[in-house]
Amino acid sequence: MKTLVFAEGTPAGPSASSLELLAKAREVGDPSVFFAGEGSDATWAALGAHGATTVHHLEIGDSLPAAGAAASMAALIELEAPDLVLFGLNPTDRDTAGRLSARLGVPLISNAVEIDTSKTPITVTNEILGGTTLVETEFTAGSPHLVVVRPKSFIATEVGGGTPTVTAAPPTGDGPAMSARVVERHEEASTGPKLTEADVIVSGGRGMGAPENFEIIERLARRLGAAVGATRAVVDAGWVPYSMQVGQTGKTVKPNVYIACGISGAMQHLVGMKDSSVIIAINKDEEAPIFGVADLGVVGDVHKVLPKLLEALGE
Amino acid sequence: MKIAVCVKQIPDPATPYGLDPETHLVQRPEDQVLDDTDRYGIEVALQLAEASEGSVVLVSMSPAGTLQGIRQALAMGADEAVVVSDPALRGSDALVTARVLAAAIRRLDADVVIAGTESTDGYSGVVPQQVAELLDLPALTFARRVEATGDGIRIERQTTTGYDVVEAPLPVLISVTAAAVEPRYPTFKGIMQAKSKTVEQPTVGDLGLTPDEVGLKGSGQRVIEVRPAPARSAGTKVVDDGEAHLAIVEALEKAKVI
Ligand SMILES: Cc1cc2nc3c(=O)[nH]c(=O)nc-3n(C[C@H](O)[C@H](O)[C@H](O)COP(=O)(O)OP(=O)(O)OC[C@H]3O[C@@H](n4cnc5c(N)ncnc54)[C@H](O)[C@@H]3O)c2cc1C
Ligand SMILES: Cc1cc2nc3c(=O)[nH]c(=O)nc-3n(C[C@H](O)[C@H](O)[C@H](O)COP(=O)(O)OP(=O)(O)OC[C@H]3O[C@@H](n4cnc5c(N)ncnc54)[C@H](O)[C@@H]3O)c2cc1C
Repeated sequence: MKTLVFAEGTPAGPSASSLELLAKAREVGDPSVFFAGEGSDATWAALGAHGATTVHHLEIGDSLPAAGAAASMAALIELEAPDLVLFGLNPTDRDTAGRLSARLGVPLISNAVEIDTSKTPITVTNEILGGTTLVETEFTAGSPHLVVVRPKSFIATEVGGGTPTVTAAPPTGDGPAMSARVVERHEEASTGPKLTEADVIVSGGRGMGAPENFEIIERLARRLGAAVGATRAVVDAGWVPYSMQVGQTGKTVKPNVYIACGISGAMQHLVGMKDSSVIIAINKDEEAPIFGVADLGVVGDVHKVLPKLLEALGE
Repeated sequence: MKIAVCVKQIPDPATPYGLDPETHLVQRPEDQVLDDTDRYGIEVALQLAEASEGSVVLVSMSPAGTLQGIRQALAMGADEAVVVSDPALRGSDALVTARVLAAAIRRLDADVVIAGTESTDGYSGVVPQQVAELLDLPALTFARRVEATGDGIRIERQTTTGYDVVEAPLPVLISVTAAAVEPRYPTFKGIMQAKSKTVEQPTVGDLGLTPDEVGLKGSGQRVIEVRPAPARSAGTKVVDDGEAHLAIVEALEKAKVI
């Protein structure tokens, strides 16, 4: 089975999702990669180490990538006829996947957590209702089958492959859809470990009461070498940047320990963190849904429990 | 500026929706509500229209039912609505939904099309991009701030590590996040006016689509099984009597974090 993996170039190299997808693609055949963005020898080496044998490279300059990437991918698909095309859940992945499906007139299954290629036709499983229900769907249309995969569904592992063959991807053509331009880029600096890679995460929700109370979350995170997470409620309120959001529309995390402070445990939050090995929750409402998934649930006030915890940890 | 906003009527999330055990399709009650996610798109549309003496048309695909959700959206201040409601649409997937929305929008000749980033019930999160491709529009997606420039739109686009400033000329599609604006509440006057606003209800045929292109047949995918996910069971619960932090220390020790 021929598989094509979409990869967006990031300042740190190929996107994390592309390396996770390569792990799955390797299982089913010779994976090739469609890479949009600025490439480098280190990037090609990283893709090769994760099993890519061919990389189709598209330079995108200052245009918003998706429209051009979808046009180029459509041309490539015509030439190479892959059976399966995989995308992550990042903004540009989703933009490109949606456009490609419309361009080719083929269906797309989103939020996948498993792909069963041993079945004919291929089936895709995704989670609904906050991960409480699994839905298995089969493609009834012909290939290529387009799938958008939730982060951490597959584990990225190096297999020590050599440098892949890098070729220029087909040209994008032009048209009104390609007229969006990126005029500025802003990175929101964060300290400590990255949320998606952290072994321990301390997360705060609206129950923290006020933005300044996030300071104690940060102190606890520093003490534990943890990353700081948050709910959408506090991100929307402007207490912390979006890059900290955990959940359906934020990051999917899978740490060893997740400490949820003043978080109710809405379905859309749970979907991003319920696969943590150990969940500890502090909430003053003993009926809070977060307790339904917590290994240790503390029914209490964060303003009382957290200072004592920090003291006991000898901060 | 003429603005089309995609808004979805969904089963009330407060009473979690069920799937039909046989067809595996979402059970859609007569009374559906406006997807909360789409209130942000409506607010952005109203602000752009107010600044340009423009108009706002809602575009939706769903079983019409009581049109409760659409009335909620009209009550915020949108001028009129187009609701594509046709039994042939049963079982439509995201791409079919996008085809239907695109066909309805094409007739409106809009300068700006607005959608949410993902719906609350389906959350496939690709419909706006599919609509943009079908209409050959640039898409300014994941907007957390939207402003009109002289002849186009400029947004702040959320990225995984920060944000980008992105712009495109009209006509354009924008997908907005919940951070973009604070949606207004309908006023009493708005609620009264909503009752008399035009809600056009074209069929699939009116849009130039055939029944084969929509519904389950047009969708190219079929749900074959629905099963509960392996449940994560609740562990121990302690009520804080001033000593609960010690239980946390113990849990952290057990997990070898400290
Ligand atoms: C389409 C869509 C996508 C979404 N995506 C996401 C997402 O990615 N991530 C996400 O998090 N949410 C997401 N949401 C929002 C989600 O539905 C919830 O609104 C959100 O998670 C609630 O955040 P919260 O737990 O901080 O706030 P609340 O629900 O307000 O909960 C606050 C909790 O704090 C407790 N509390 C209050 N005071 C104290 C105290 N002193 N001590 C201890 N506990 C206290 C309360 O009992 C309560 O349980 C999404 C929603 C939609 C519709
Ligand atoms: C198996 C299956 C069965 C289905 N059965 C039916 C059915 O019986 N009847 C039916 O009407 N639909 C049906 N649908 C369509 C479904 O409800 C969604 O509208 C469609 O799949 C779009 O997906 P989403 O909600 O995940 O969109 P997302 O991409 O997550 O939505 C993003 C944004 O796009 C816009 N948008 C998305 N959908 C609509 C819409 N329908 N109307 C207006 N704006 C929209 C909104 O602005 C929304 O915020 C079915 C889908 C599937 C997969």
